[in-house]
Amino acid sequence: MLDRAGAAHPTLEIRNVTKTYSVKQGLMAKPKPLTALRDVSLSLRKGEVLGLVGESGCGKSTLAKILLGLEAPTEGEVLVDGQALGSHDRLALARRIQPIFQDPYSSLNPRKSIADIVSLPLRIHGIGDAASQKQAVRDMLDVVGLPARVMNSYPSQMSGGQRQRVAIARALIIKPEVVICDEPTSALDVSVQSQILNLLGDLRREFGLTYLFISHNLAVVEHLATRVAVMYLGRIVEEAEAGDLFDAPAHPYTQALLKSVLTPEPGLGVPDTQLGMAYPNPIDPPSGCAFHPRCPKAGPVCSATAPVPVPMREGHVECHLFDPKSPLYEDTSR
Amino acid sequence: MAESMTNTATDKLDPLLEEITGPTPGQLLWRRVFGHRGLMIGAVVVGILTVIAILAPLLAPHDPYAQSLLARMKPPVFLGGTWEHPLGTDHLGRDYLSRLIYGARVSLLIGVVAAAISGLIGTAMGVAAGYFGGRVDAVVTFLINVRLAMPVVLVALAVVAILGGSLTVVICVLGLLLWDRFAVVMRASTLQVRQREYVAAAEAIGASVPRILLTEIMPNIANNLIVVVTLEMAHAILLEAALSFLGLGVQPPTPSWGLMVSEGKNMMLFEPWLVLIPGAVLFALVLAINLMGDGLRDVTASENRS
Repeated sequence: MLDRAGAAHPTLEIRNVTKTYSVKQGLMAKPKPLTALRDVSLSLRKGEVLGLVGESGCGKSTLAKILLGLEAPTEGEVLVDGQALGSHDRLALARRIQPIFQDPYSSLNPRKSIADIVSLPLRIHGIGDAASQKQAVRDMLDVVGLPARVMNSYPSQMSGGQRQRVAIARALIIKPEVVICDEPTSALDVSVQSQILNLLGDLRREFGLTYLFISHNLAVVEHLATRVAVMYLGRIVEEAEAGDLFDAPAHPYTQALLKSVLTPEPGLGVPDTQLGMAYPNPIDPPSGCAFHPRCPKAGPVCSATAPVPVPMREGHVECHLFDPKSPLYEDTSR
Repeated sequence: MAESMTNTATDKLDPLLEEITGPTPGQLLWRRVFGHRGLMIGAVVVGILTVIAILAPLLAPHDPYAQSLLARMKPPVFLGGTWEHPLGTDHLGRDYLSRLIYGARVSLLIGVVAAAISGLIGTAMGVAAGYFGGRVDAVVTFLINVRLAMPVVLVALAVVAILGGSLTVVICVLGLLLWDRFAVVMRASTLQVRQREYVAAAEAIGASVPRILLTEIMPNIANNLIVVVTLEMAHAILLEAALSFLGLGVQPPTPSWGLMVSEGKNMMLFEPWLVLIPGAVLFALVLAINLMGDGLRDVTASENRS
């Protein structure tokens, strides 16, 4: 795929991954394939924060599950340090890659105390004895900004922000290298969101973490990410350094997403993204470029042939407007 | 972002707020248990009957097997009988109260053991189906359907005809037949809990499947399990009474409430208490267990809602 300078192997990489689910509609109907990811390649380099943005249902969470090894890709491969995910020991892999989930109300077992929840990774990996585990939990809670007193509490006694801190403590207590944050702030209040984002930023610097940061909120991604990948209907349509992407979005979809960010100014209402149509049905994706029914710049070629990734800046873009071989290329004054 | 390193410290909660903590889930549960009238009534009745069953040799005034042909069909004390036999005697002159007390042992034993056997089978099948899905689920669902297509009484009849009726046979037959509701409910609950992110988190940490099932899934479906256990206990007790009434269950002279109703039915028109007394006790026990089950469902359901 795309050549990149840097480390010999990205910490985490997926190559040409396709994931299809079969969806049953009705009792007698044949199950139809739902393609959640279509030939996706992405790499995560050490120390970076890769933001992955896209609408609900575009395959972000499927990608996260595949990276965590919770689901197997239908095609393609997942590489950790340049070696297939399957060739790594399951426990060793768990020590390197940890998730932070979206909903802190669902990610903590309601029947366990906070000390039990946070110390679970230590117990599973057999790190230290009971006393040192307790001390490690105490230290970790302090790092995420929770008082040691909460150790004997249960999740139901805590607020959403506190619960997310517990979830972060659980993910970081075995000192992973990569943290996959699947919309870690979308279930929280706006005021709490910024606290959690700041905490994630601090922890990254403190422990030298690498993040894959999944979100549908561009403002959140802009705050943290060093590189951004934009997903649409199971494809990565644009990938660029965060600065480039936010300064000059190339793909029409990225432009629309940036326009959709709500301004703090009252009275302006919901911004018009000019996207019009609703998100397409992933069981029955549009022909050619999946984005063409909603694209304000679509031409006849867009509904006929799918665009190929074109290298651009430090990443790529997948749109006929930027492909020199495409008839639409001349139309833009770039 | 510049003030980042100090942020972790300042992000701590307001110290004034620290001392306010809500009750633990356990405390909340007990509060609701003691606040639920139906559950308390059911639990007290079941508790009393359990104590009576355990202490039967101490409480029974007579030997439940001792026949006395001179003291047959004595009426209970409230129908003009004597305190020698407070609930009268049956057609063989055996003390009715003593037989009733020993009969509680049979009923409760069958209820508990049959519910335990079927609970073990059904829970294992249901949890496996819900957690693993796919083929395991297809096989379990098929087995549940097969089981639901078999009428319990007919199967029990066939088994008793082959093996002969006894307490052990009845317990085994009921235990091996009543697992369907366990499997259905546990499968549905597991499917639900499996979707929660704490299960995915445990998987991502590298927890083994048995560990996930025992520590992440089972504690969160245990409340549903307890409700089904109580309902199936009542079910097993009623089925034992029905089988014994038909002569297919516990064999005489073992004291069983169903058998007592059966033995009294010939005299029902002249001495209705022979049927009414064991019938009423059976009714009370099953009602109490069902009250307990309903109460437990209410008490645990409100927890899931919050």
